[in-house]
Amino acid sequence: MTNSGVLLQMTDISKSFPGVKALDKVSITVRSGTVHALMGENGAGKSTLMKCAFGLYHPDEGEIKIDGKSVTLENPRKAMDCGISMIHQELQPIRTQNVMENIWVGRYPYKKTGPIHWVDEKKMYDDTKALLDELHIHDIDPYTSMGELSVSHCQLLEIARSVSYGAKVIIMDEPTSSLTDAESELLFAIISKLTAAGTAIIYISHRIEEILRLADEVTILRDGELVGCWPASELDGNLIVNRMVGREMTTRFPPKNRKIGEEYLQIENFTSADPSSFKDVNFHVRRGEVLGVGGLVGAQRTELMETVFGLRPLASGTIKIGGKQVEIKNAYDAITNGIALLTEERRATGIFPLLDITENTVVAKEAKEPEYFHMKNGLLDSKKRNNETQDYVEKLSVKTPTLKTPIINLSGGNQQKVLLARWMLTSPDILILDEPTRGIDVGAKFEIYTLIEQLVEQGKCVIMISSEMPELLGMCDRIMVMCEGKLTGILDGETATEEQIMLLASSYNK
Amino acid sequence: MKSKTFDTKKFLMNNVLYVIMIVIIITIAFISKGRFLSMRVMRDILNQSSVRVLVALGCMFVILSGQADLSGGRMVGLAAVVSGTLAQQQTYAIKFWPGLPELPVIVPVLVSILLGVAVGLCNGWIVAKLRVPAFLATLGVQMILFGANSLYINKAPNNSQPLGGILQSFKNLGSGNVAGINYIIIIAVVSAVLVHILLTKITMGKQIYAVGGNPEAAKVSGINVFKITLITYAIAGAFYGLAGCLECARTGSATSNYGLSYELDAIASCIVGGCSAGGGVGGVPGVFLGVVIFNVINYGLTFIGLSSYWQYVVKGLIIIAAIAIDVRKYDRKS
Repeated sequence: MTNSGVLLQMTDISKSFPGVKALDKVSITVRSGTVHALMGENGAGKSTLMKCAFGLYHPDEGEIKIDGKSVTLENPRKAMDCGISMIHQELQPIRTQNVMENIWVGRYPYKKTGPIHWVDEKKMYDDTKALLDELHIHDIDPYTSMGELSVSHCQLLEIARSVSYGAKVIIMDEPTSSLTDAESELLFAIISKLTAAGTAIIYISHRIEEILRLADEVTILRDGELVGCWPASELDGNLIVNRMVGREMTTRFPPKNRKIGEEYLQIENFTSADPSSFKDVNFHVRRGEVLGVGGLVGAQRTELMETVFGLRPLASGTIKIGGKQVEIKNAYDAITNGIALLTEERRATGIFPLLDITENTVVAKEAKEPEYFHMKNGLLDSKKRNNETQDYVEKLSVKTPTLKTPIINLSGGNQQKVLLARWMLTSPDILILDEPTRGIDVGAKFEIYTLIEQLVEQGKCVIMISSEMPELLGMCDRIMVMCEGKLTGILDGETATEEQIMLLASSYNK
Repeated sequence: MKSKTFDTKKFLMNNVLYVIMIVIIITIAFISKGRFLSMRVMRDILNQSSVRVLVALGCMFVILSGQADLSGGRMVGLAAVVSGTLAQQQTYAIKFWPGLPELPVIVPVLVSILLGVAVGLCNGWIVAKLRVPAFLATLGVQMILFGANSLYINKAPNNSQPLGGILQSFKNLGSGNVAGINYIIIIAVVSAVLVHILLTKITMGKQIYAVGGNPEAAKVSGINVFKITLITYAIAGAFYGLAGCLECARTGSATSNYGLSYELDAIASCIVGGCSAGGGVGGVPGVFLGVVIFNVINYGLTFIGLSSYWQYVVKGLIIIAAIAIDVRKYDRKS
């Protein structure tokens, strides 16, 4: 930990939203040249605090000092002028424009001829190239269209953009949540370059290994209050978890008591209709088993599972369920065949943001068996809909004021639980969970693991796509690894190591 | 953590419709020295609202499903003309279809509705299958409908004249009443109640909200988004068809200009009535009231002697205000 000067100081920040006190007198001090981790469960107030620092929210109380000067951050523009920059969890690049236009948007370099400002493409290209070189990002050309780039590249460019603004403090909200390990390494290298140059990084993440490795100081929040701030060297994984959840967490995974049965789902010679996607994939899942799916971004894991679920077209291949070949052309077919898919993008393809908890819960069951919620006269049985939802809200301990609350008002972890409830209600035999714990806090993660454990103990099949190695190793009976559309290997969950998974995940290149 | 000012703001946001309506009625009643509040005026307003309510109900289905429909007005015009040509007296000198016997009233009504359904299915197919943005798809359909209608009514011996000689039994649909309440008011109210039940008590109604709320999530949840889109447009078409034939019955005539810009009033009524322009939010009570508000303004401004052009200014302001509030209402903090 360096003793260099304080760049950003937020003191006694409070912020309320209708019905919730999101922050209650929280303080944080960020020093130059350090990585300051901000941790806490979902809903602890991390994002709210950072949005206050970036001018997106205005605190009800408290003081923000930058370089020792008290400031009011009316909007992100002002925050950026003060040297604060934020990389959002969900990136929003302008996909139709190219890399350099995205980096310099709003401040293109120009040449002047009288009153006309001509955009100086040449300078823009050179500046971009120099900026990317400085950050060791060599594989992106400034002319590439943003829409062609992967999420990880977009993220790196977002960081480049912050650097180009001369940001002194860069806030990163879950930067590695959509990155593979190799890409994360690149990000970490960039972070250490930035800190060496005196920039401060505020790093929000749920991944404890990352925090212990990167951070100089760790501030922990719980329920909108400050738990404390410690040098990272004084912490270990268990201490962090305990302080975040406020209770002892002995293990990160629930105890296993699985009885693995016969092969239930069989996928044979699966080839996507999209030639750039997966080819000739074979695998099976047994009853009472968790099959993990590992791989890097671009491994086509999501595409494969969405095809199994009927959302994407298949060129050739067969699906057998319980030994019988079935035809799955759309999600309805999949659901009626007992398959459920918890999608990766919760906001884009999961929740109905403005609809309430009940509607969000019953929708798939209602599509599968409309009569289930009908009264004798064919009209909807509101009572039954609410009761079934209430059952799941209690079973999965979803934190929501009422069943009438729009789901968008819940935290990410609670939204995820509602989506799980939606699928459990369809009583599926096969659950495909695509990154089920992404962006979810430790406590909620454990609850979701416990739920998965319960499901497999009931004899259901679970397929879990995950980019978190410990999760794959801790939860799965077998782990299939993909690389660029090919299945490169299936490992035993008991004996597999992170190195083996990594090797298979990148083996197609070699 | 609720402060007093917050409650007031929330109350205003959720009930803006009622507030606007009460303010306008009070203002008009005040200027007209109370004459505006008579039973006769109220019945006139409801009468005029009836056809508009049907158009707005249809339009609401499409808006709830997250799409747009500009074809409503011209569909009303087409249905008015077609039903008119099927409901002329045998003795009328320039009868459109001279060989056609006098048909029972139900025939032109059914033909109008079926025609509307057919056009609605086309709309839905173009939007859901060809993936033409709804706004432009229905703009195109609207033009086609107007063209087709004008070509149709231009047939000799009618030659584009307003249709006349409409059967009294058919006209009764529009002007007849039971216990002093016009049939069209009854039709509008019954339709509204049925739609309300459909949206709140039937699985398909809930699925329309789901598709409007997030079509991608709806697809993943096993809802047939294509089918729902087709159905919403078809129901909308059915209502436009019914509205068109009642418009002909009510006025005892029809030309290809009938229904002009009804779709815009309908969309405005839906938005003012609390439907989110993005889909997935809204309901019958709001839309019904939205229509009535616009007709109160129409009638009221004329009643107190203001130029009818003021209606447009006032309507425009209300639409903008309603959407400005709509945007804020669903502006959530993450």
